[in-house]
Amino acid sequence: MSDMEQPEGPEVPAAPHRVIGTPPPAPRLLGSTAVAEQGDAAGAAGEAGEEEEEAGVPVLHGLPPDDPRVILHAKRAERIVAACFTFAFIAGCGFIAAYVGLGVHTVDKTLRSNLALGTSLALALLSLGLGALIWVRHLMPDAEIVEERHDLRSDEKDRQEFEATFKQGTEYSQFVKRPLVRRTLMLGTLPLIAAPIVLLRDLGPLPGTSLRHTVWSPGRRLLVYGTNQPVTPAQFNSPGSMITIVPEGYTDDLDALAKATVILIKFRPGELQIPTSYAGSTLIGTMNWTVDNIVAYSKICTHVGCPVALYEETTHHILCPCHQSTFDAATGATVIFGPAPRPLPQLPMTVDSSGYLVARSDFTQPVGPSFWERG
Amino acid sequence: MSTDFDVPKALKGTGSWLDDRFHGARGFRVLMRKVFPDHWSFMLGEIALWSFVVLLLTGTFLSLFFVPSMTDVVYHGSYVKLDGIRMSEAYASTLNISFDVRGGLLMRQIHHWAADLFMAALIIHMLRVFFTGAYRKPREVNWLIGIALFTLGLVEGLFGYSLPDDQLSGAGLRIFEGVLQGIPIIGTYVAYFLFGGPFPGNDIVPRMYIIHVLLIPGLLLALITAHLFIMFHQKHTQMPGLGNTEKNVRGQPFFPYFMAKGGAWFFFIFGALVLLATFAQINPIWLYGPYTPVAISSASQPDFYMGILEGSLRIMPAWEWNFLGHTIPFGVAIPFIVPLTIILGGAALWPFFEQWATGDKSWHNINDRPRNAPIRTATGMAAVTFYGVLWAEGANDVIADKLQIPLYTITWIARVLIFVGPAVAFIVTRRICIGLQRKDREELLHGYESGIIRQLPNGQFIEVHKPLNEEARAVIEAKKVPALMPPPGSEDANGVPVPASRGLLGRAKAVANRAFAETAVLEADGHGDGQAAEEAGEEHEAVGSSPASGPGPQPAGDAAEQEPPEGG
Repeated sequence: MSDMEQPEGPEVPAAPHRVIGTPPPAPRLLGSTAVAEQGDAAGAAGEAGEEEEEAGVPVLHGLPPDDPRVILHAKRAERIVAACFTFAFIAGCGFIAAYVGLGVHTVDKTLRSNLALGTSLALALLSLGLGALIWVRHLMPDAEIVEERHDLRSDEKDRQEFEATFKQGTEYSQFVKRPLVRRTLMLGTLPLIAAPIVLLRDLGPLPGTSLRHTVWSPGRRLLVYGTNQPVTPAQFNSPGSMITIVPEGYTDDLDALAKATVILIKFRPGELQIPTSYAGSTLIGTMNWTVDNIVAYSKICTHVGCPVALYEETTHHILCPCHQSTFDAATGATVIFGPAPRPLPQLPMTVDSSGYLVARSDFTQPVGPSFWERG
Repeated sequence: MSTDFDVPKALKGTGSWLDDRFHGARGFRVLMRKVFPDHWSFMLGEIALWSFVVLLLTGTFLSLFFVPSMTDVVYHGSYVKLDGIRMSEAYASTLNISFDVRGGLLMRQIHHWAADLFMAALIIHMLRVFFTGAYRKPREVNWLIGIALFTLGLVEGLFGYSLPDDQLSGAGLRIFEGVLQGIPIIGTYVAYFLFGGPFPGNDIVPRMYIIHVLLIPGLLLALITAHLFIMFHQKHTQMPGLGNTEKNVRGQPFFPYFMAKGGAWFFFIFGALVLLATFAQINPIWLYGPYTPVAISSASQPDFYMGILEGSLRIMPAWEWNFLGHTIPFGVAIPFIVPLTIILGGAALWPFFEQWATGDKSWHNINDRPRNAPIRTATGMAAVTFYGVLWAEGANDVIADKLQIPLYTITWIARVLIFVGPAVAFIVTRRICIGLQRKDREELLHGYESGIIRQLPNGQFIEVHKPLNEEARAVIEAKKVPALMPPPGSEDANGVPVPASRGLLGRAKAVANRAFAETAVLEADGHGDGQAAEEAGEEHEAVGSSPASGPGPQPAGDAAEQEPPEGG
């Protein structure tokens, strides 16, 4: 260190500190000090780094390459690099051994295999990287070079010649002189440009009115999601609870469920106050569609279609976990907060002859997110 | 350079064979001597590059085992908790990769971590390029390519993590479909064509798959190649420093230095990703279960780079228009389109706006220090704040849960912050930049504060200022001040109004120009700024006699007397 640390004196101009965004003041190993850079190497990765720091490089500034200290330093660096690469070899072999030796097919075995494979692979890669880094920093001599930048813009002569050549070519091609050829060529390619777009037509059916309808129809039973059992008002008699309902006959049809899933909420007498409401002349909400203080709403959020899965019993709030649209279940699922533009549609409901809850009809308005044709 | 070893015959022979046919000796010599300037921030883009390489490697492995099909199957695999459950083949094959393919889980997790690192590195790399002005002429095209890479990366990531068809990513897809459906006029058609009918359908996984493994990676590869070739051709920018000019590039040659360093960097990044994949679980799809539109888990979060879109959706009030039998859901369309357009569109236009406002059409190979371009830096920080607010709002439920703040309050704070935050960030950053420039000027004029307190014969204490060294001077003096255009309404020597005063655009240009030029504090010699020079002169005298702290020697001395031991 001694050669490097110049005594602090008022005459010696020094930088206050390293200015952020500038190259480090000290050049590299054989040019100047290597101590700071070693710190970096040690920081970059684990054990070998510590070893490296121990090696404690003396100051090599200005020493000739055949100085014993320089030779010693290089020798040490060489050994460390070789150790890193050897370690990488061992770790790499360990990876292959772990692959061959450790099976999977259970959670525990997978965990073990993953741990062994990952650790050995990481060690192999990191020691390769560390070895290469020490190699470049401590074995290669400093070789900063300065390259001239050349103007990217071509010189005037070249530009003019290019223009002349281009003009000549254009003239020979007759492209400008013969508009008939030019225009018919453009005309000829037009359909081919449109063709790829036309070809995409059969990617899917036209939406038609399919977004307006679900699979609910008069008399279709409401089944409890999970058990797929029909439910009577008497069975669902714990006020304040919410269950998820799927339509009978479509319990495994994800396309149908994406629109038709319903939540069923039971209220205490008098709590449920659904105002009779219309969209245009269509009835969309009424107490008549409830049964015994049980109401059915679409579970598909009117914002972007997430299932509204959270229900708070005391406040009767239904919350969508995706974007926190909040609906008041007691008053027709009106929006209290969040980005949802309209209440959750109410499913008209009644009981069939066996006493099970069934749909009176389909929803009277489109469920789920808005779309252009919704109106 | 002495070279006292013989090139092995095999290598020499191969080289000669190739050169006979392709004439490469000269070109490859130039390539080997290609200069790469050394600065830590130049490695950020490399992180993205090496992550991409890791993505290609691990992705190829995964594609050998993944089955991109939505056909229903009943699972009877190694993960017994899901035994007998109906699920798509895509989900089942992802379970198989995780539990029945040796190294499969590791590769899946490396792939996912690498995707996150790729996007994070892209963002930080773009910020570095922006704040140092490295996008300026002649590098505008490469900046635009970078923005395209980022945009493609977003879609690639979304499609990638949606492929396993698990409950979490399925909810993300549902949101994506709901948003598409909300696009005015064409929305329902776009959604139906992409999903092959109503959501979820049976087509989306195979379609996303081919886009994810072929189309977008191909585009990414082509654009990354173009990005690197352009960088190579135009040569790298460099930081301001002693000996760095617009006409040179200083650094180490590609062979062997950069090659070895780049190689080491690749191994470090790959190694770090493997460590993450081994010890930090990511996307445990077996815990989420197969997708069903019936259920959802709370606190569902997308990967971090989609957070801004999630936050935009959450922050938005429920605006919707209904007219003439049509619905325009602004509550969906605005969050989907506006924030990313502001950020990515703004970033794309910025180099051209800056050229227009500063009138600067020259080459820039030396990067700016952020403080020396206060308007750019302030705009960048405003954008970072804008992005940051939306990103944090994307996790508002998690914040509410962890910090015990009501959910709606957080959303309301975000609704205010989204407008106030960027404005405050702009003003504060601009002030800080100007302050830092003043400090630079001080140091140029008077040197830096050495921390050495000296007592003069008359008992007075002063702090010794030392002159900057050459390197530090060169860094500070590399600053360039944009030219101030004549103000609107002024006339040239012949009484003709200057172009700046013509029309609305001209006036806007003059305003923008003044903002850029006036925030660049004039240099020490104060060319044209009489007041600055005068001020500087006074302070010169002050250095020798007393520190700037007090006007009179007496109180200053008193104050200093108590300090010296610590100060020295």
